Amino acid sequence: MTLSQVFFLAVAAITLFAAVMVVSTRRIMHAALWLVLSLFGVAVLFALLQSGFFAVVQVVVYIGAIAILIIFAVMLTRQVMLDVGPQLNRGWWIPAVLVAGLYAALVGVLSTWSQFQAQAGPLAPEANDLSRFGQALVDLNAYVIPFEIASVLLLGALIGSIFVASERKG
Amino acid sequence: MIPLSWYLIFAAALFCIGLFGVLARKNAVAILMGVELMLNAVNINLVAFWRYLYAPDLAGLTFVAIVLVAAAAETAVGLALIISVYRRRSTVVVDDLSLMKG
Repeated sequence: MTLSQVFFLAVAAITLFAAVMVVSTRRIMHAALWLVLSLFGVAVLFALLQSGFFAVVQVVVYIGAIAILIIFAVMLTRQVMLDVGPQLNRGWWIPAVLVAGLYAALVGVLSTWSQFQAQAGPLAPEANDLSRFGQALVDLNAYVIPFEIASVLLLGALIGSIFVASERKG
Repeated sequence: MIPLSWYLIFAAALFCIGLFGVLARKNAVAILMGVELMLNAVNINLVAFWRYLYAPDLAGLTFVAIVLVAAAAETAVGLALIISVYRRRSTVVVDDLSLMKG
């Protein structure tokens, strides 16, 4: 067992524990804080996969923006959910059985795949060249269409969420 | 070195935990948190596949960037809807939002 394997197992255990706390803790605000820890574990795994750019993006976008937005929403809506009483639906064991079955099925299907035990080769030096990534995003022969669609989607979401959440008379 | 299978098993577990949160939680904000966990599991898978199988090619990274944008848009609109619903109905418990039930 090498050092990187031990590190991976520790990070994965912390992330999964935080994720379990997100879905099971009674207080919704604590769930939001556990979510931050879980997202940070995912960022560490991105760094472990030698994708430093997405590790940083994960911290900036998910922890810096999305988690803060969720905490705002929790604080704006919390009088009714005073964190008492059950936070799970009555028949919560049905989804529990369902996701346990799904997990077993996923791992079962994946383990029959020939590349399942693939090892990482050495990473080519140009793989993490950000200027190459940026140019591909605006290259007509590469990914300019998804890039533009993503920006239109963000603009639409911005205007839509302002419209939906703004207070109107009548 | 870490084999690809470890990442895939981890991402499957994270996805299943998120799905459980979506299906079992009462609070709409908690359901959105479950969706975030699921999207993160997908991103881990995409980056792992990129690193292990397709490394210098940029398609995987572009896919991850698009998923991030979609997640940000989804969270913003979802939270706006929750706040709007809370203003009108004073609740964020999804069981109580049965206005459109036949």
